[in-house]
Amino acid sequence: MPEPVLAVDHVFKYFGDYPALHDVSFSLNGGECLALIGRNGAGKTTMLKILAGLSGAAQGEVRLFGDSPRQASARRRIGLLGHGIGVYDELTAIENLTIFAQLYGVSAAVARHWLERTQLAHVANAPVREFSRGMRQRLAVARAFLHDPALLILDEPFTALDDRAIALLQGLLAEAKAAGRTIIMSTHQLREAMELATHVALIERGKLVHFGVRSAEMLADPTYVYRTFGAA
Amino acid sequence: MVFLQIAAKDLRSELRTKESLNASLSFAVVILLLFSFAFDPSSEAVAEFSGGLLWLVFAFAGALILNRSFARELPNDCLEVLIASPVSGAQLFLGKTVASFVLLMTIEVICLPIFGIFYDITWIPQALPLLGIFALGTWGMTILGTLFSALTVNLSLRELMLPMLLYPLMLPALMAAMRLTTILLAGNAIAGNDMVWLRLLIGFDIIFTALSLALVETILVR
Amino acid sequence: MAKNIRLGLGALVGMLLLRNLYVILFNLPDEMEQGPIYRIFYYHLPAFFAAILCYITALVASSMYLIKKNLRYDAIAMSATEVGLAFAAVNLITGMIWGRISWGIWWAWDARLTWALICWLVYFGYLMLRQAIDDPTERAKNSAVLSIFAFVSVAITYKAIEWWRTQHPGPVLSIRTGKQLIDPVMENMLYMNFLALATLAVLMVIIRLNQEEMQRQIDGLRRRAHAI
Repeated sequence: MPEPVLAVDHVFKYFGDYPALHDVSFSLNGGECLALIGRNGAGKTTMLKILAGLSGAAQGEVRLFGDSPRQASARRRIGLLGHGIGVYDELTAIENLTIFAQLYGVSAAVARHWLERTQLAHVANAPVREFSRGMRQRLAVARAFLHDPALLILDEPFTALDDRAIALLQGLLAEAKAAGRTIIMSTHQLREAMELATHVALIERGKLVHFGVRSAEMLADPTYVYRTFGAA
Repeated sequence: MVFLQIAAKDLRSELRTKESLNASLSFAVVILLLFSFAFDPSSEAVAEFSGGLLWLVFAFAGALILNRSFARELPNDCLEVLIASPVSGAQLFLGKTVASFVLLMTIEVICLPIFGIFYDITWIPQALPLLGIFALGTWGMTILGTLFSALTVNLSLRELMLPMLLYPLMLPALMAAMRLTTILLAGNAIAGNDMVWLRLLIGFDIIFTALSLALVETILVR
Repeated sequence: MAKNIRLGLGALVGMLLLRNLYVILFNLPDEMEQGPIYRIFYYHLPAFFAAILCYITALVASSMYLIKKNLRYDAIAMSATEVGLAFAAVNLITGMIWGRISWGIWWAWDARLTWALICWLVYFGYLMLRQAIDDPTERAKNSAVLSIFAFVSVAITYKAIEWWRTQHPGPVLSIRTGKQLIDPVMENMLYMNFLALATLAVLMVIIRLNQEEMQRQIDGLRRRAHAI
């Protein structure tokens, strides 16, 4: 049995005395895609932040590629797309991507390549401040995929994206999945997520109430998970 | 050497907008001007507290620069992306400190001649040792200030909290820098009993650089 | 049980303080040079030591929090800092009263006075920072770091400011000077009152700690209630 790409082992996280995450355990292998669903405030973002190394678990352990998320080697293989786009408004598109290419130790040519893939090559030297919303989001996608991450952590990636960006992201995610990358995303857009997901997890009030393979019923009726496994 | 890339990014951002540089420089000049009303600018006594005046200006200007240090990363959640990247907290912190250090040194180097003209102080013969003291004092201020910038970045009151925490804590460095600058501006060399201030300043820089680098990861990872 | 300990400790402190006050006011003679005002030292100096004790406790508890991530250490650090500030205030105010009588001025920019004030401001900043952070875990972590920085800085300032200026009376206790500068009866009284004030400080920290723990439980229950 090879080491899973991502292993979450009895993780707790507290805000004061209040458990934001309560005894969460699951694991994912290469080529798997997890749709993490649950209401706002259930603990989805907290979970993803712990996976991305932005936050530490109070108890329990998270291992990425067999390592702690705070190891540089593990973080080098994570692609993160959070609520904010994570690029600098005052810098140009190419400057933004070049900086992140440096931080991840990939060549500047890769940055150019990703500008083309996200159809931003024509505005490479314009500051992000002047971009439309859709263009900014595509740049954020380029930033997250730049270093060919083996694990993609996406926090509500389809929220607030325009059609073009959704199509782009869906294509990239399908491609990544086929290439054996692991994807974990929190989402409220169940229809988009279910198509891509191989696994589904439901979090309610910090507890993982369901984790399992995405079934045919879920694909047919996205609310199935809530109705079958949810408490209320 | 990743921290140099972070520093370069910060400096490039700052040069694009010149937000804190302009604000900080004009603020410094205004304060230099205001001092002339607080006392007789042509009196002999000015030389005796010239170092103090100069460093008060630097401390005020520095707070404006340091406030922006981590706050710069807030729009678009860039801070999260940086922390999640392979860059260690220490490298990120060091890069940001270097960027603020360069910006503040620039302001100081511009302020010194203006100060010389306004208050008739001769500084040119001592330019090199002065620059050395500026660098040591400014490093102490930026290392503490950048740490507090990280500490207060998520607060709504951060612009108020930073100077309130920073000024009393950087007092040893400030005292030493003031004393040494005054000695140099009076045309004397740092020697004998005054060496203790130089040692204090260097010691302060070393202790707080080490302490900050050791603790910054704890601050950044929530 | 815990409540009985607090009550017992309170009674002990009360008696000790009253007994000391009686001895200081009625049994001990006036000092030769200063007259009756010297008695304020029986509070000035012990309050200073009690405050230092609190700050050291805060430093240790803050470091322990960063190692163990247990919010109880955070509560200890915070309680100790608050109580330390109270004793530091006693130290400052009694010092000012003495200064008014002996030097004729309320405030002198003397090394130790200035230092005590800086210390007060630094630790007050610690409490301000705490107030500004909502999430208890984040608050504990960030204020623990600040507490460590505060202690180191204040320790360096102590020496630096002495080089800068000093006019405060030098050390008098025989353990610091190695000589018998003051009457042993008076020195013993200083120790006695230090014991009283230190016990009072411990009691106050325990009470404050208890309040803080309750507050945390209430906050936790509140969040739980919101989640339902």
